[in-house]
Amino acid sequence: MIPWLFISGLLLMVYGIINGLFYAPSDYQQGDAFRIIYVHVPAAYISMMAYSLMAFAAFIALIWRIKIAHAVIVSAAPLGAWFTFLALLTGSLWGRPMWGTWWEWGDPRLTSELLMLFLYLGYMALRASIPNITKADKLSAILILIGAINIPIIHYSVEWWTSLHQGSTLLKSGGPSIAAPMLYPLLASIIGLSLFFGSLLLIRTKAEVLKREKHSRWIKDMILGDEV
Amino acid sequence: MPKKLSLIAGFMAMFRRDLLQYIKSPSQLLNPLIFFIMITAAFPFAVNAEKAQLVQIGPGIIWVMAILSYLLTLHHLYLDDAEDGCLDYIILSPQPLPLLVLAKICAHWISSGLPLIIISPIIGIIYQMQVDTILIMIATLFFGTFALSLVGSIGASLTISINNSNILVSLLVLPIMMPVLIFGARTIELYQSGATTMSGLYFIGAYCMFALSFSPFASAAALRIGAD
Repeated sequence: MIPWLFISGLLLMVYGIINGLFYAPSDYQQGDAFRIIYVHVPAAYISMMAYSLMAFAAFIALIWRIKIAHAVIVSAAPLGAWFTFLALLTGSLWGRPMWGTWWEWGDPRLTSELLMLFLYLGYMALRASIPNITKADKLSAILILIGAINIPIIHYSVEWWTSLHQGSTLLKSGGPSIAAPMLYPLLASIIGLSLFFGSLLLIRTKAEVLKREKHSRWIKDMILGDEV
Repeated sequence: MPKKLSLIAGFMAMFRRDLLQYIKSPSQLLNPLIFFIMITAAFPFAVNAEKAQLVQIGPGIIWVMAILSYLLTLHHLYLDDAEDGCLDYIILSPQPLPLLVLAKICAHWISSGLPLIIISPIIGIIYQMQVDTILIMIATLFFGTFALSLVGSIGASLTISINNSNILVSLLVLPIMMPVLIFGARTIELYQSGATTMSGLYFIGAYCMFALSFSPFASAAALRIGAD
């Protein structure tokens, strides 16, 4: 399963990015700079998907007490944080030539993405400071759920806040009108990066489960079975 | 057989006991307040203290510093009880734990939030606010500090089993509190510039009610797990 996901994800990503970077026509307004979209949009999309996945897993873990759900959350968190960081980084690299600024406090998407990064970091900080693993699992799952309730609130509060603001400085991305030759590579890189994320997640979850169950019988059998 | 206390009697007993504890150690209450006054008074020294500028930065600084000094009080919420063992009895008591948690939160708000609101007009005067602006500020702080007590209770209960958890609590609570900060500060600012302010107040009130609906349950769950 993992190699299939990994390889197909990598292929789609390569297809998307090569097509996006070299073959898609340049945007009439933004020129070639818009091409960062092929990294930016997938990363931003995954940063949100990873959090919803973690929230879903936290829900399952707290209600049905399924152990593997905790392992999934633990493995997803650093990945999600990295993709959030990547989305912010590429976003500000993109913003520099387009909007003339690295960072714009007035834009709701930037600020809510930043707050999401803080939620990821808070989660990891909480985890890292509780030595007892079952306790850390349950407490951090509660935190994830609280954060999940708050994400829409944070998002809309930032959005309403700017609409309260006199809207003159509100910046819009130059809006590449998505034509087919631009769209397909974008879709490919979104799906490709998601598969890539999925495969990384599975690898990490596998390692996490092995680490957690290191004293259990089936792992001993598995390893010895391989050797014999 | 011991007499069974009604829910309201249980709530009141917890509330009164916590309030007494706070009153018995006034320095715990006063230090954050003094910190709040000193740090807000430090800003006009540090930046060029022209009147127009103070009016401009005042609401934001007051709100950020109110949250900051409030975060310093959060560890009294459960940590003192956890250290002397009272918390275990509270958890084991026949009263529903979310109710007792709510009583503790209310006592904490009265002993930390209310004094902050009472001294806030002084800070408002330092920042050259008009009397009606100060009233608006008090209204936002009223709901805002209560929401802070509620959300902070989640952060404090998640970290009771950790030593030196003060910074960690701030890391967990700050991103969740961001909507209140945004609207609190913006409402005062908008009022100063002559716009309508009710929408911001409604938002903080709604956030407060929302936090009221889930915070006692989340805190109670976290306390149970933490005390295992």
